[in-house]
Amino acid sequence: MDMPTFIQQIINGLVLGSVYALVALGYTMVYGIIGLINFAHGEVLMVGALTSWSIIGLMQDAMPGTPGWLMLLVSMLIACVVAAALNFAIEKLAYKPLRNSPRLAPLITAIGMSILLQTLAMIIWKPNYKPFPTLLPNVPYDVGGAVITFTQIMILGTTAMSLAVLMWLVNYTRLGRAMRATAENPRVAALMGVKPNVVISATFVIGAVLAAIAGVMWAANYGTVQHTMGFLPGLKAFTAAVFGGIGNLAGAVVGGVLLGLIESLGAGYIGPLTGGVLGSHYSDIFAFIVLIVVLTLRPSGLLGERVADRA
Amino acid sequence: MKHKKIVVFLLAAIGLLVLPLVLQGVGNAWVRIADMALLYVLLAVGLNIVVGYAGLLDLGYVAFFAIGAYMYGLLASPHLTESFEWFAAMFPNGLHSPIWVVIPVAAGLAAVFGVLLGAPTLRLRGDYLAIVTLGFGEIIRVFLNNLDHPVNITNGPKGMGQIDSLSFFGHSFGKSIEVAGYEINSVTLYYYLFLTLVVVSVVISHRLQLSRVGRAWMAIREDEIAAKAMGINTRNLKLSAFGMGATFGGVSGAMFASFQGFISPESFSLMESVMIVAMVVLGGIGHLPGVILGAVALSALPEVLRYVAAPLQSMTGGRLDASILRQLLIALAMISVMLLRPRGLWPAPEHGKSLPSTKS
Repeated sequence: MDMPTFIQQIINGLVLGSVYALVALGYTMVYGIIGLINFAHGEVLMVGALTSWSIIGLMQDAMPGTPGWLMLLVSMLIACVVAAALNFAIEKLAYKPLRNSPRLAPLITAIGMSILLQTLAMIIWKPNYKPFPTLLPNVPYDVGGAVITFTQIMILGTTAMSLAVLMWLVNYTRLGRAMRATAENPRVAALMGVKPNVVISATFVIGAVLAAIAGVMWAANYGTVQHTMGFLPGLKAFTAAVFGGIGNLAGAVVGGVLLGLIESLGAGYIGPLTGGVLGSHYSDIFAFIVLIVVLTLRPSGLLGERVADRA
Repeated sequence: MKHKKIVVFLLAAIGLLVLPLVLQGVGNAWVRIADMALLYVLLAVGLNIVVGYAGLLDLGYVAFFAIGAYMYGLLASPHLTESFEWFAAMFPNGLHSPIWVVIPVAAGLAAVFGVLLGAPTLRLRGDYLAIVTLGFGEIIRVFLNNLDHPVNITNGPKGMGQIDSLSFFGHSFGKSIEVAGYEINSVTLYYYLFLTLVVVSVVISHRLQLSRVGRAWMAIREDEIAAKAMGINTRNLKLSAFGMGATFGGVSGAMFASFQGFISPESFSLMESVMIVAMVVLGGIGHLPGVILGAVALSALPEVLRYVAAPLQSMTGGRLDASILRQLLIALAMISVMLLRPRGLWPAPEHGKSLPSTKS
């Protein structure tokens, strides 16, 4: 294949990967602190995207003259608040009472929450696919023969900014230090005066904000929203988190971006490489094949620490 | 004491045998619900071997269900003879395999896949294992969805139809029979078939649990390193757990295909795997009566409520239709049962059970 196509796949992969990375961070932070797979995380992304769709619809009716970027920004902020409140409530209702239960119990409530949120979203927003309006100027820019749209640039920029803020939060604030301490050893952290409940709630809220941002960007990039839209990005992002080494923030980002690139390049090249026998329909399984290969060779993920066999 | 147990047992047996005849009088739809509940019991009992006994969280169990179903679909539908001329030349009347061939083949094939998929996961623990098995489940589904070209094996998203009913001594389960002037429907016949399979699988599973192998599985579940130190061959035992669990899945898949007469990749989504895990955990992980209860509760109860819920539907102006209501109920049941009874509805007695998680 030629160079422009290659660059195009890289761009698509980076955009996809940055969304995965944002969602994967939510999974990995929660896992790092309470050792739970938050199955409902993809649903938080979905609620974020649908909320922003509703807000944009309202604003278009009430204030028709508002510039697109402003509507997107406002709706994204509101989506973040709603998602944060939702994830906060989920943790209090479904996970907190089960903190000392058998390991599988919170997993089941998480799955239940995921189904519940999807169903409620279907009731609230109706099951049809809804077009997400194009709010940013739709001018393609030329990069070495390939094109990148303004929305894609916005996605890359927002992801970079969110990551910078998160890194600052985790590495340089009191809360971040408390979070790292709890992830390291919750009992000792509690003895040192860290309030575990506050830290856990904060983790869920931060994860939800990242997921809502990812959801709005996903919707802006693909142009549709629906109540099942959270499932696939959620699953892929979780894969990305495990791929990078679950519990490890840098790992989630690396895993997300790599996964996006692998999927995009794989989908672009598998057809020509196999003479058309395998098509791009198989793109969804690259993620899993890579994951299985990586985990077989490195059972704790790319950047995961080698933990002792006793969890 | 012993006497009382036998009486309860006999009453339960009679109840289970008479149930479809009663339901048949109300409507065949009810018997179908009972049939599906039995299939789910079969699946849950199988998964319980992997998750409950050996402690390996498998989120891709539906893959084995799919393998069994597609194997039966290929053996018993006109699909192969329609797609391949050489095949039509070999079997001009099509393959119509009897039950004696189907069950062992489905069991064997699924077991082979179980061991194959289990092998690369041996070094993984807990959640890593969960995500890899989940990946396998999705991979199998994507293949089923796309293997209609270049060679049409699975007929892709359209699925396979016109699958024969099982036949038993030359009699097809698809037709009703008359016993002493009383008509027994096809769905009721399937009920008895599934009930037999469930009883056999429960007995196998129970005996396994008490056997040397079963104790070894539980030792691995409690502490793999200690188990290894005690001389347990953890590799072979984990593989045998995967294989054993897959066997049950494969058999119930074949049953599902013949019962429905139609299969498509949609029936084998991740949600299905998740539901089976939920049945096992909700009922009481590693405890057979609990697992059966969980499977029946999660599969039959929402269906029953669906029929009862018609007034609610008209009250909300059709916005809450039956399938939405079913999902809502499943979700609420999963959350509330876990919150109220974290060890499941009917948990195993405390001794020899894993301690509450002590992650630190």
